[in-house]
Amino acid sequence: MNPPLRALAVLTAGALSLAACAPGSSAPPSPAATPLSSVRTDAPSLGNVTLTVWDQEVRGGQAAQMKQLNDAFQAKYPNIKLNRVSRSFDDLNTTLRLALSGNEPPDVVEANNGRSSMGAFVKAGQLRPLDAYAEAYGWKKRYPQSVLRYASYSPDGKVFGEGNLYGLPQVGEVVGVYYNKAKLTKLGLQPPKTWAEFEAALAKAKTAGEVPMQLGNLDKWPAIHVFGTVQSRGVPKDQIGTLAFGRKGASWNTPENTKAAEEIVGWVDKGYFNKGFNGQGYDPAWQAFGKGQGVFMIAGTWLLADLQKSLGKDLGFMLPPGATADAPPVATGGTGLPFAITAKSPHPDAAAAYIDFITNADAMKVLTTTGNLPVADTAQQSVPAGPQQDVFTAFGTVTAKDGLVPYLDYATPTFADTLGAALQDLLAKKQSPQEFLATLEKDYKTFAESNG
Amino acid sequence: MSRPRTWGRPPGEPRRVAYLYLLPAFAVYAVFLLYPIGRAVQLSLYDWDGLSLGRWVGLDNYVAIVADEGLRAAFGHALVLIVFYAAGPLVIGLGLAAILNHAKVRGLGFFRTVVFLPQVVAMVVVAVAWRRVYAPDGTLNTLLGAIGLDSLTRGWLGDYTFALPAVGVVGTWFETGLVTVLLLAGMSRIPGDLYEAARLDGAGAVREFFAVTLPSVRGEIAVALTLTVIAALRTFDLVYVTTRGGPGDSTSVPSYEVYHRAFGLSQIGSAAAIGVTLTVVIFVVSFGINRFADRRVS
Repeated sequence: MNPPLRALAVLTAGALSLAACAPGSSAPPSPAATPLSSVRTDAPSLGNVTLTVWDQEVRGGQAAQMKQLNDAFQAKYPNIKLNRVSRSFDDLNTTLRLALSGNEPPDVVEANNGRSSMGAFVKAGQLRPLDAYAEAYGWKKRYPQSVLRYASYSPDGKVFGEGNLYGLPQVGEVVGVYYNKAKLTKLGLQPPKTWAEFEAALAKAKTAGEVPMQLGNLDKWPAIHVFGTVQSRGVPKDQIGTLAFGRKGASWNTPENTKAAEEIVGWVDKGYFNKGFNGQGYDPAWQAFGKGQGVFMIAGTWLLADLQKSLGKDLGFMLPPGATADAPPVATGGTGLPFAITAKSPHPDAAAAYIDFITNADAMKVLTTTGNLPVADTAQQSVPAGPQQDVFTAFGTVTAKDGLVPYLDYATPTFADTLGAALQDLLAKKQSPQEFLATLEKDYKTFAESNG
Repeated sequence: MSRPRTWGRPPGEPRRVAYLYLLPAFAVYAVFLLYPIGRAVQLSLYDWDGLSLGRWVGLDNYVAIVADEGLRAAFGHALVLIVFYAAGPLVIGLGLAAILNHAKVRGLGFFRTVVFLPQVVAMVVVAVAWRRVYAPDGTLNTLLGAIGLDSLTRGWLGDYTFALPAVGVVGTWFETGLVTVLLLAGMSRIPGDLYEAARLDGAGAVREFFAVTLPSVRGEIAVALTLTVIAALRTFDLVYVTTRGGPGDSTSVPSYEVYHRAFGLSQIGSAAAIGVTLTVVIFVVSFGINRFADRRVS
């Protein structure tokens, strides 16, 4: 070896040995739950505190409500200063992990519910259990249990959906059926009351030369919501819960799931989706629906504001109809990203006071007036008749009847990807319904078993 | 005149002193490049979620690259993209450059600018634009419909057969300008008397191209190939914006898998292993291209 090469080798070896401690060895032990007696809810007496808050409320009505609530909070508690850091959903998701593992993480963060975010943070001891605060502030009375479970994990992060509470969401979400009222009238139809009527309406729309259902599946995940809706017609709600929370004890290989997969493939065969849906982007698809192409679209309440702008009074929204008109409502849905307190935050009491402030009854009114769907007290809000009222009624009904089933991609850290890709395969007929379910079963079983 | 002999040494002697001059630059290089690479190699030997304590797995992550069908496919897709990123642009670029150079067109600068323009636009913008072109109701399908080829229309990026070539064509469009301008610069350096001599020997335009032009720009071809092949192997933004690896996994590439595993699936160790493998592959390929070009020149 000549001298420069040797020097290089020595320095490289040095760099390697510097890096030799195992990754993640600086992670803190799990935080102990705060005892109820030490919780202080009297925010003005907490002294001068600065809270750093990371949120993803960057667009339209979301940004407006956040600004309004933050201003009100600062006016009420001048001793607590807010340092707001706002990023888009994707940016927040990709940077939060690094921020939390640092020495000075933000105090309050919006962490996505699923296992890949909140679950991983809980497992690594980065988030503070909020049960004592929930007790002190009465959060468990304010929020229905079906909502709180979306931010609940066992302390080791293994069980999703029960255990400690790790965050509080502001807004609700439910996946339902948007429809174009004008088109339905033209077809001589009423909004369908049962699933059979819904399928009949799709068939009639096809015959009349309309696009029965808009779908843009290029981004891989949109079909998850359509499949979830079809699945929840036939598969019992508890089973979906077990599958979606990644618990042991359920299986994808059941006759009900097979039927759901066959049904959605049948929709492709009958031409119920727009042409080339696997190559159509999500945004162009709902924009096309907004421009009047398509009679139905299965999508979430987050599209309400944008669709209302383009379709106005012609827009309608309903929960996916059941087998009979009076069947209890079941729909995929959940909450917006919950606000959580980091384990290393030196001001948990102030952080809890902040979270309480942005989720209390007054906050829910602010959310309503800025065009958002509040997750609690939905029935008490007054909104003008029309699509917004449809959405509020739908969410109020489904939460009151405990009919929300979780998003299927929550199941395992890799399930969003597995299911998204498998659905593209299924809808393109690259996989049979049986192969499709086997792919899902493999991911789910591998995880559920290793997770204990 | 006699000065003390020590002053008579050339600057930088003895050699040990010379290395001292390199030290500041090397320190920067070590901190910002060697250390991260070392760290990446180390991470690739662990099963780590980015938060909790990592678990030593040795070479398992590398074994998975060979064993995992999806990952093998990702590297295969990168090879397909080389055809579109490097081979295609080289052929088109040679043709274009030869014509532009030979014909001594008026407004050469203008044409050169037009051809080079894709390079100026950020790849993300390019990808967003092409996504519209390929959409089911996009420009391409509208054109096909207009000339009566309705049967060919489809959602190009959602089609299992055509998604990867569709992504590749964007690469061809993007890289051709770079290759053309590089080759054009090389061709403009060829002395005119070489062509004259060829013509006196009775060579036509085609003969001239193969006998004079092509051998003269071998160096430029090597540079163009190195740049485009590396671009093909590390494609990320294009796939991320257009297809996210879909439909199914038919357009996934190693760089996208690195991002996806590190930030989407929190499999940092696996992501690092793919990154290290990709680095080695790129190093070997560019080394090979340059060795090949050097030997041919000398």
